[in-house]
Amino acid sequence: MARYIAPVQGKVSQLIDVIVLLILSIGALYLPLWMHMAGAAKTPGVVENPTWESLGQNAVQAGQYEALGYTPATAADLITARFDYSFSYLNLIVMVVVIVGYFVMMLKFSETEYREVIAEKFGEK
Amino acid sequence: MTDTDITSQAIDGMGPHGTKVGLLRVLGPAHVWALGVGIVLVGEYMGWNFAVGKGGAYAALIACWFAGILYSCVAMIDSEVTSTVAAAGGQYTQAKHIIGPLMAFNVGLYLTFAYTMLEAANAITAGYLIDQVAGMTGHQGGIDQRPFIILAIMFLAWLNYRGVLATLTFNLVITAIAFSAIIILFLSTSGVIGAGDMKHADLLAGQASLPYGWIGVLAAMHFGLWYYLGIEGTTQAAEEVRSPARSLPFGTLAGIMTLLIAATLTWYVCSGTLPWEFLGDGVNGSVAPLFDTARLSGSQALVWLLGIGTLFATLASANGCINDASRAWFAMGRDRYLPGWFGAVHPVYRTPYRSIVFLVPIALIFALGAPLDQVITFSILSGLLEYTFMPLNVILFRKKWPLATIKRGYEHPFHPLPAITLLALCSVTYFAVFLGYGTQLVAMIGFYIVVSLWFHFWRYRFVNRGAQFTMPWPRPEGY
Repeated sequence: MARYIAPVQGKVSQLIDVIVLLILSIGALYLPLWMHMAGAAKTPGVVENPTWESLGQNAVQAGQYEALGYTPATAADLITARFDYSFSYLNLIVMVVVIVGYFVMMLKFSETEYREVIAEKFGEK
Repeated sequence: MTDTDITSQAIDGMGPHGTKVGLLRVLGPAHVWALGVGIVLVGEYMGWNFAVGKGGAYAALIACWFAGILYSCVAMIDSEVTSTVAAAGGQYTQAKHIIGPLMAFNVGLYLTFAYTMLEAANAITAGYLIDQVAGMTGHQGGIDQRPFIILAIMFLAWLNYRGVLATLTFNLVITAIAFSAIIILFLSTSGVIGAGDMKHADLLAGQASLPYGWIGVLAAMHFGLWYYLGIEGTTQAAEEVRSPARSLPFGTLAGIMTLLIAATLTWYVCSGTLPWEFLGDGVNGSVAPLFDTARLSGSQALVWLLGIGTLFATLASANGCINDASRAWFAMGRDRYLPGWFGAVHPVYRTPYRSIVFLVPIALIFALGAPLDQVITFSILSGLLEYTFMPLNVILFRKKWPLATIKRGYEHPFHPLPAITLLALCSVTYFAVFLGYGTQLVAMIGFYIVVSLWFHFWRYRFVNRGAQFTMPWPRPEGY
């Protein structure tokens, strides 16, 4: 196999590559935040005139909250907030397809490139 | 690339193309331990407790142990491969030699993002801690945390810029202190020394035991990774240790054992002191659970010790993350996977200085602009993709170079059981992430698909083909 000679990359082109990578990575990480689609927010329950008993706290639990500086009123949101774990099977399937598809693509493209590397390094068989 | 020899005893590490200036081989096994444990130990000081929020305290304990199994597999697999592929870039370099360039490029990015996001999370915690200390010493109304976040990142980047030996010796000292603080807190509050102060029976009674049922246990696996995330970073020191084949497996396996102990003790003292709802809310409740546990112990000495331990753990972690992210970025630059400008080594300090400096503003963007749980999630997702790559990597490594063909510094037992276990636990963790942060997961994989296409169709033209294979190995079987 003929030895591949990589072209020399100019400084401007290098800079453009870095900018592209930065935009893509910051975009991917911040996009869900900007679109308010990031993370599972907990939803606090509504408890009128909360007491430790109405918040379901026993004496020891209430004592620890008080030692941390909380009152039933200030601790109510913290104690009653819960995640919602309901999900759609369609979304789950989409996620599985995306992950598996990504790794399949990765392995397939890598294999093509890898054969080229081995052929040049060790010679054609 | 062909003019460098990774196994050379005559020069230090691999110099950039056409030079003999490379990274400095000055580290021993203790530094490897300090790098791995230093990066991770902060996970016991903050972040793991989100797992409590996701499923309750018992769920977090189950997640702690299953994540422990996951990371034991990671450590065993990594120790075998890296004892053979001793080069900066760690898993990136492994992927380059074993799977192929595109996988390597992706793994390099996983590493950079996982460590840079972890660094950002550490800086956020350091800022929070300074704010808490200001409040405890009488300051009213809170302080602006941003200058402390910037200062922490800048100082550690400077330390990394100046040399790896000082950087990791600093890590060794502060990590040892932070680990000792956990042991002392456990001994002081668990009843081993004096009267115990643990209240598990009452704090975990009734609905507090498993507030979400078994789906909460699955969900907790998401943040269960935080107990150990980053231990695989020991491999980044491969080109700077004096004896990679011995030091890397020793440092990595000693590291995971240290962390298994620290994680279990941390769960025990925190869940026996703090109500689960408070413990599990790392934003509005307990940002630094070991510190909060010390506050409730009634001992001022423990408060100060754990305050110092938390600060040291965050600094050690950020320090190690700067070290590791810059090595991964540097290694990709050296191979021209990224612009070759990043592949330079400082002529005096012998560090990848351009990569170190370049990653500072990226860490700052996230430390100053994103909430802690999101930053942690970004880091975990990159780590999870990396752990999914590892079993594929080791299976192909054993297939292409069976045990008889290459001498390993360490051979992991029961192959392929650890690889299969790791893959299964990764699948469970993907589901856990899906339960709360599916959007980020899909967004992040979308990003990797786009950059993969960019690399394959554009960037790869600047990479020499055979020359990037730098290991003195025989031809892989089947090729």
